[in-house]
Amino acid sequence: MANVRPIDPSVMGTRDTAARDPNAPLKIDVQKMNFYYGDKRALSEISIGIRQNLVTAFIGPSGCGKSTFLRTLNRMNDIIGGTRVEGQVHIDGQNIYAPGTDVVALRRKVGMVFQKSNPFPKSIFENIAYGLRINGMAKRRADLEQRVEESLRAAAIWDEVKDRLSESALALSGGQQQRLCIARALAIQPDILLMDEPASALDPIATQRIEELIYELKQSYTIVIVTHNMQQAARVSDHTAFFWLGSLVEFGPTDTIFTNPSEKLTEDYVTGRFG
Amino acid sequence: MTAGTQVTRRFGDRLLQSMALLVLALALASLAALLYDVLRDGVGRLNWAFLTSPPSSRAEQAGIYPALMGSLYVIATTAILAVPVGIGAAVYLEEYGRGGRIARIIEINIANLAGVPSIIYGLLGLGLFVRTLGFGRSVLAGAATLALLVLPVVILSTREALRTVPKSIREGSYALGATKWQTIWHQVLPGALPGILTGLILALSRAIGETAPLITLGALTFVPFAPDGIWSSFTVLPIQIFNWVSRPQAAFAENAAAGIIVLLVLLLTMNAVAIVVRDRYQRARH
Repeated sequence: MANVRPIDPSVMGTRDTAARDPNAPLKIDVQKMNFYYGDKRALSEISIGIRQNLVTAFIGPSGCGKSTFLRTLNRMNDIIGGTRVEGQVHIDGQNIYAPGTDVVALRRKVGMVFQKSNPFPKSIFENIAYGLRINGMAKRRADLEQRVEESLRAAAIWDEVKDRLSESALALSGGQQQRLCIARALAIQPDILLMDEPASALDPIATQRIEELIYELKQSYTIVIVTHNMQQAARVSDHTAFFWLGSLVEFGPTDTIFTNPSEKLTEDYVTGRFG
Repeated sequence: MTAGTQVTRRFGDRLLQSMALLVLALALASLAALLYDVLRDGVGRLNWAFLTSPPSSRAEQAGIYPALMGSLYVIATTAILAVPVGIGAAVYLEEYGRGGRIARIIEINIANLAGVPSIIYGLLGLGLFVRTLGFGRSVLAGAATLALLVLPVVILSTREALRTVPKSIREGSYALGATKWQTIWHQVLPGALPGILTGLILALSRAIGETAPLITLGALTFVPFAPDGIWSSFTVLPIQIFNWVSRPQAAFAENAAAGIIVLLVLLLTMNAVAIVVRDRYQRARH
């Protein structure tokens, strides 16, 4: 078994200079985070810096903690009882685990797309309008309609659904449902988009559309994507983080992680020797 | 596996299947016999006059109007009292208090309350609503008692329905910056509505057939007028039927059978409405 050690942040910094945009500011800065389900530690000593307008991929075998870590970034784990976080997560300089943090405002800023598409059992229009309404973002009907259209266009699904906005979202195909969920997340104009294996249940063509979409979206959003699919990570991401047994083994530019990793464990994983 | 055990297993399968069928047939046959008996006795008495006349000491002139209206008044008032309280309590227990010590104690007690005999509720209603709160022997006292009686059923079935709303829908809502209450109001309750409705109708169907608690708290057996408000004295269909059954004359037995038919139709109508509403709602969501 390979030796796993926490990544030295200074090493991480030097790797970052090789990234496509070395000047991209830090959007999410995690310092020594531990995460517990009850007594069980699921994440240990995670430190990572996620840069603005880049796509950062989390890879690793099942149960390595990558999804759990993703869900700590918008405090989605809060709704599961008995979980606990130690350490700090700064987003735009604010510690989101500081007492008194407005979790609702945080989740507005940090949108999320789930592994299994989860459209609400309402019309296509209402799926997008929901987030706008509850956040008071569209006062007039015309505003609402415009925002809905913009969001659907941004998620590259407008042309497929524009003539049936009042139909149930559940009638859409799996790939369409997932793009609808992306549109729904975009509608409330977050800064960051968290994607938890967004294409794992989709066929290759639908997957390709999602990947193209991710490429488009990174112009305006900071994207963090969890994926099981290493080719996908290599295709869509600028930075890649490899998780193993609740630890962050290696983090750096995607090219480096896939072609010249510094950890033996990373190399074994990306070359398919385990996982 | 040998051919012999195959045959034995298939035989066992058939035996069990035919036994299940037999039991089902038995249950349906007794129900059919009951219905036939009631219809034979009562259908001759059913006419407009029967539905719109007050009871009378002469069987052929007696009608069911005050009892029918009394039942409708009581059940409507029961629904108004029990529905918001029951759904509210279920939402609290399922969504807010879950896992807490107080919630657990309340949960156990609700499950127990669902099994308490209805006459106990009648005694409670008599002491609390009729006497202490001074409601008198009114529609309100009866409805409040029945509301208490059905509350555990409403709470339990509503919780069950809330649990059927998938976690992914809740997470989807939270991820858009919804508060807990927004998530419950806009996503969880609409998603659970078909189940909640079914539970409500079952609960109210139970209430509409209840006799014992209403007799205990003093609903009258002879009321010549329909109630004109919640403070009015009242009778209900089961009590009227009970009253007629206890008369020695055969003509009153016919009235009782006709009354049972009216009560059955009322019950079936309620169930039908529930099914239609539920189906329409489910279709709208798919």
